[in-house]
Amino acid sequence: MSAGHGLEISALTKRFGGLVAVSGFDLTVAPGEIVGLIGPNGAGKTTVFHLVAGFHLPSEGSIRFEGTSLVGLKPHAICRLGLARTFQLVQPFAGLTTLENVMVGAFNRSREVAEARRRAAEIVDFVGLGPRRDVPARHLTLPDRKRLEVARGLATEPRLLLLDEVMSGLNPTEIEAIIGLIRRIHARGVSLLIIEHVMRAILALSHRLVVMHHGEKIADGAPAVVARDPRVVEAYLGETTEAAPR
Amino acid sequence: MAGRLGPLLAVAALAAVPPLLPKYVLEVLISVLFFGYLGACWNILGGYGGQFSFGHAAFFGIGAYTSTLLFLHLGVTPWLGMVAGGILAAAFGLFAGYLSFRYGLRGPYFSLVTLAFAEMLRVIAVNWKAVGSSLGLVVPNRGSAPVLFLFADKLPYYYVILVMALGALAITRMIERSRMGYALAAIRENEDAAEAAGVDALSTKLAAMALSSFLTALGGTFYAQYFAYIDPSLTFGPAISIGGLLPAIVGGAGTVAGPLLGSFVLTPISELTRAVLRGRAGADIMLYGLILILVISFLPNGLVGWFRSRRPAAGRAA
Repeated sequence: MSAGHGLEISALTKRFGGLVAVSGFDLTVAPGEIVGLIGPNGAGKTTVFHLVAGFHLPSEGSIRFEGTSLVGLKPHAICRLGLARTFQLVQPFAGLTTLENVMVGAFNRSREVAEARRRAAEIVDFVGLGPRRDVPARHLTLPDRKRLEVARGLATEPRLLLLDEVMSGLNPTEIEAIIGLIRRIHARGVSLLIIEHVMRAILALSHRLVVMHHGEKIADGAPAVVARDPRVVEAYLGETTEAAPR
Repeated sequence: MAGRLGPLLAVAALAAVPPLLPKYVLEVLISVLFFGYLGACWNILGGYGGQFSFGHAAFFGIGAYTSTLLFLHLGVTPWLGMVAGGILAAAFGLFAGYLSFRYGLRGPYFSLVTLAFAEMLRVIAVNWKAVGSSLGLVVPNRGSAPVLFLFADKLPYYYVILVMALGALAITRMIERSRMGYALAAIRENEDAAEAAGVDALSTKLAAMALSSFLTALGGTFYAQYFAYIDPSLTFGPAISIGGLLPAIVGGAGTVAGPLLGSFVLTPISELTRAVLRGRAGADIMLYGLILILVISFLPNGLVGWFRSRRPAAGRAA
């Protein structure tokens, strides 16, 4: 409860009309931590991201980042506080080049065009998009767009980065590459809150795992422990019995 | 090399040739620059920011009426009235923009609101006796009086609008290469993603709106001085709104030279169809519309986009 410690979400509730998307949800991300947020489809994970990043207004509850309340702040203001996000469905600036996309983020920390370009170029190289630097984003492949999404968030120089399914739609080799990238981002001193369906990746990366089901938190702890939690197994099995086996 | 030299040569030609031209050609050229200027003003908000205003006539009319009324009633030179009109138009732009953007009106909804604002001002002007109602206002011609923005012949007007058009392009180029240019492009491409990347969409759009409306109002004053007559439908009517956005779109929205290039193509066509089909009411507009449909379907990114898509191929061949 002390001020100034990473992200602190408490008793967060979001209702859309009669639908309760998130209910009494608590979550913390300490500085330097990687927290995985998992749960079946429709559990409310992305809604939590929208609430934290200022795209939705909470119905109840509080969201604090480094002691500052984020409730009611616009997305750009939250970004400037050092909390960036990516989108589940990648949202590149299609008509701009890779470098220009990342420059938009870099302008948060530097008003000078040359300085923003230099920082953006460094990050484009860092995420491995160097060779695609001057290609319009609309011509990038899906894996490259996912990297671009991460690069643009990283260019805003966040202390906490929210990643929303940056591995979905990628093949195992590409997933390995993204896992490596996330580790290197963490090594730069960025804390991460990650929504992911790729279990192998989330178990490998997370220091702590939080599980959501029907808008509520049903587990929070070490990944190995949480993965064996009966309630978690039930939440997932309840869904997989209806779905076709993979 | 050609990239630098081309524009310089074009500017030199625009400055040097007109004294040698017959009066009719000079008039057409003034029209070309005038609509090119309006296009450049519209382009800042519409082309770069992706906020398609259908009501820039609102700002144009405010400019025309403000400078003319100040001149008629208080004897203020239109050179100063022009600035007053610009400030008033920018204030109105901020008001209309705040209402639209604050409440999240995007895309076609924004376009419709701007159209409504312009129509609202037109109806007010038609019914307001103090501003001449539907009869309009006449700018008294006192021969040549440069201090009062009045000239005996067309040539000085040509140079005034030339400077205005080139000035608007220079401002556009400055914005394009600044932080604001990147922010506007990001908003145009994806406003949510822009916000997530730390772009203050509301302030950026309002800044573009204020600048665009300020500059558009200066065009209104030019119109009043050049034609020496304004009325509500000429200045607040949709023809002016369309006259600004068309050259920008046809030439290449979101490019520096696009609006001027577009006007160089469109304005002579419009003059020509009017001259050729004189007497057949509406036929010229139909032909003009047909040409527009063809241009837009074959050049979706405008003339500048077409040149750019051809250039790399030409470069490799050479």
